Amino acid sequence: MRHEVRFSGFGGQGIILSAVILGRAAVIYDTKFAVQTQVYGPEARGGASMSAVIIDDEPILYPKVTNPDIFVIMSQEGFEKYGANAPESAVMVLDSSLVQSRPKCTCYEIPATQEAKQTLGRDIVANIVMLGALVATTHIVTEMALEKAILDSVPKGTEALNTKAMKKGIELAAAGSKKA
Amino acid sequence: MTKTEFWQGNTACAEGALAAGCTFFGGYPITPSTEVAEHMAVKLPKKKGVFVQMEDEIASMAAIIGASWTGARVMTATSGPGFSLMMENIGFAAMTETPCVIVNIQRGGPSTGQPTMAAQGDMLQCRFGSHGDYSVIALCPASVQEMYELTARAFNLADQYRVPVFLMADEIIGHMRERITIPEKIDHLSRRELAAGKLPFQADTDLIPGFATFGKGHGVHVTGLTHDERGYPCTTNPGVHAALVQRLVNKIENARNAIADYDVINPDARQVVIAYGAPVRTVQQVLHDRKGTDIGFLRLRTVWPFPEDALKKFNNARMFFIPELNMGQIAREIERHVKVPVISLPKLGGDLHTPAELIKDLEAHK
Amino acid sequence: MTFEDWFRVDRLPHIYCAGCGNGTVINCTLAAVDEMGWNKKETVFVSGIGCSSRAPGYIMTDSLHTTHGRALAFATGVKLANPALNIVVFTGDGDLAAIGGNHFIHACRRNIDITVVCMNNQIYGMTGGQGSPTTPIGCLSTTTPYGSAEPAFDLCELAIAAGANYVARWTSYHVKEFERAVKAGLETPGFSFIEALVQCPTYFGRRNKFKEVTDQVEYLKTHAILRAKRDRLIEKGERIPDDMFIIGELARRNRPAMGVKL
Repeated sequence: MRHEVRFSGFGGQGIILSAVILGRAAVIYDTKFAVQTQVYGPEARGGASMSAVIIDDEPILYPKVTNPDIFVIMSQEGFEKYGANAPESAVMVLDSSLVQSRPKCTCYEIPATQEAKQTLGRDIVANIVMLGALVATTHIVTEMALEKAILDSVPKGTEALNTKAMKKGIELAAAGSKKA
Repeated sequence: MTKTEFWQGNTACAEGALAAGCTFFGGYPITPSTEVAEHMAVKLPKKKGVFVQMEDEIASMAAIIGASWTGARVMTATSGPGFSLMMENIGFAAMTETPCVIVNIQRGGPSTGQPTMAAQGDMLQCRFGSHGDYSVIALCPASVQEMYELTARAFNLADQYRVPVFLMADEIIGHMRERITIPEKIDHLSRRELAAGKLPFQADTDLIPGFATFGKGHGVHVTGLTHDERGYPCTTNPGVHAALVQRLVNKIENARNAIADYDVINPDARQVVIAYGAPVRTVQQVLHDRKGTDIGFLRLRTVWPFPEDALKKFNNARMFFIPELNMGQIAREIERHVKVPVISLPKLGGDLHTPAELIKDLEAHK
Repeated sequence: MTFEDWFRVDRLPHIYCAGCGNGTVINCTLAAVDEMGWNKKETVFVSGIGCSSRAPGYIMTDSLHTTHGRALAFATGVKLANPALNIVVFTGDGDLAAIGGNHFIHACRRNIDITVVCMNNQIYGMTGGQGSPTTPIGCLSTTTPYGSAEPAFDLCELAIAAGANYVARWTSYHVKEFERAVKAGLETPGFSFIEALVQCPTYFGRRNKFKEVTDQVEYLKTHAILRAKRDRLIEKGERIPDDMFIIGELARRNRPAMGVKL
């Protein structure tokens, strides 16, 4: 089954890294196939950043996202540019502390940035909170695969913080407010 | 033991080079190829190799040619604007028969164009871009796996044929990450050293001379001027020049079938698609989604020398379709070899042809 | 040492005009290399395009005659890939300072361990006498038919500013001094730059009132002023005529260098 996941937020939030971690979890630890792509602009920080991951049990032929069915949105501008047209059949996980709008599709509101700042003390791990919530709500990869891929990808010395962030995301999703 | 990785195409390219024994990289930063240089900058010093960031792409090309004459396996990586600057010394490498690998992660041109968007607009430049007649080898990867494997093969071809070999990738394949299986080992075909009693530019029966590595006492003179078999300048003798240039071209063109690497799918089809690089993925998706259809597919991994004999595998072909991220550069080449209509399907701007677009084009010509 | 020790005898006679200063420079350079006791097998001569750049073709070591202006970039690749090789680059004013100017300053900046001998004849000889970046103001060439209007480059100042470890200037008249300077350059780790002003009777001299070869050599002799003497004159408050040029060792230092044999 082919799933197309689109991540968007502002530059500096770790949107690209989130997509790379998800793809890595699928390929290395769930032995699935994945392709990760991204939109490159000239700016290194700010703006609307977008990255996509396709995950499939079979080899992925066409590598570009055509009909994303899962959205992870972490900024209002990202919502407007890459999330507003999500079809009703899609699932969206959004950072309710930063995104004002709500989509027509199934939506999980995760206050990731707020929780990262207040409970975990570092807003930089908001993207990892979102990944935890994404996996808890969609099961697109296993939790174990996600955790291992996170640990492969984050800077040394931040492993405990990032594991905590992932768990926080899973917890928020379980408690979460789902809106159909 | 094979190993699975989730790598970016540009990383796989650098790793393929390292696996092939590349020990010298000279380059200059340019989007979207920079990750190749960055990866080599991290890895080469740990392997006692040399990474050097030169002052421009002219110098990058010069440095790798100089390093190649010491016997090293050498590479540079660039994109359109840098590729244009390299043309001068690519001609020098062709004339002096210097093995080298040039990676071009193609982006939209002309000029600075679209630094972060894919294109295949340098396919003719890579074949004909430097002045005068010569031949080269160009490989086109369509996956991260092939970024690794074709880069590794490029070094073997460069050493075997003593010629610049191009890895003509594009931004899509260079920047995407996907699953790659690292082979346990890769083939290594070494450069043939100049045999005792032979002149440094005296060709063997395969039209390729032995290589007179610097520092081994050959006392070779290497010049971009027309030269005789001793390597000495000989610029006004028409016969010497004609023989040299013909040999430079023939040593590659005569070997086109040995160099060729392609897949033939549905050879009895009437409609045949030919693709290389990123558009291959679109064609593969169409064939997958429409199982049992009569669409033929010639999927090229080598584009230069053009494997024209592959076209003869499609005996029933009534029409060839060429989806390319340019205005029909390889479609032109195919037109030279077939009598049936060749439909160029250009796509500019950086996006890949979607499967739906390709199907629509095929239906329109049913 | 005789020329047969280093020359490819089967390539002679060479292409240089009668009276050309390049032969003197090549002779002195080879004498210095010979004095170093360098093994032919481990010595490589590299050049670009122009009269000066034909020199490696006459020398029996491995040699790389490259594209116009790019010799230093090629030499950088050879040296970094195999630091055991001794590299000498022959170049000229057009090759080095015009089309190769950027490679020149970056090779100096890297301070790569090669020795560059520049035959500065102040003209493009190979293409028939066009103005170069070192053609003095007012001098005639086919492309400066009313006298060059552009200020000329001081190549040694450029090399010093860009970071070369050893810099010296002499002329084809000062054969002993020049040979010693080349040897000092060969001995100095890092980038060594030795400029030799040379006569070009065919294209420079003929157009600029040097009727005989010796007239231009005489001019080089009488217009050269040692750095020490120049400094002394300045100290005394004496004016130095505009057409004088400085000769001597102009820099010898020990900046960090690249590609030095361990």
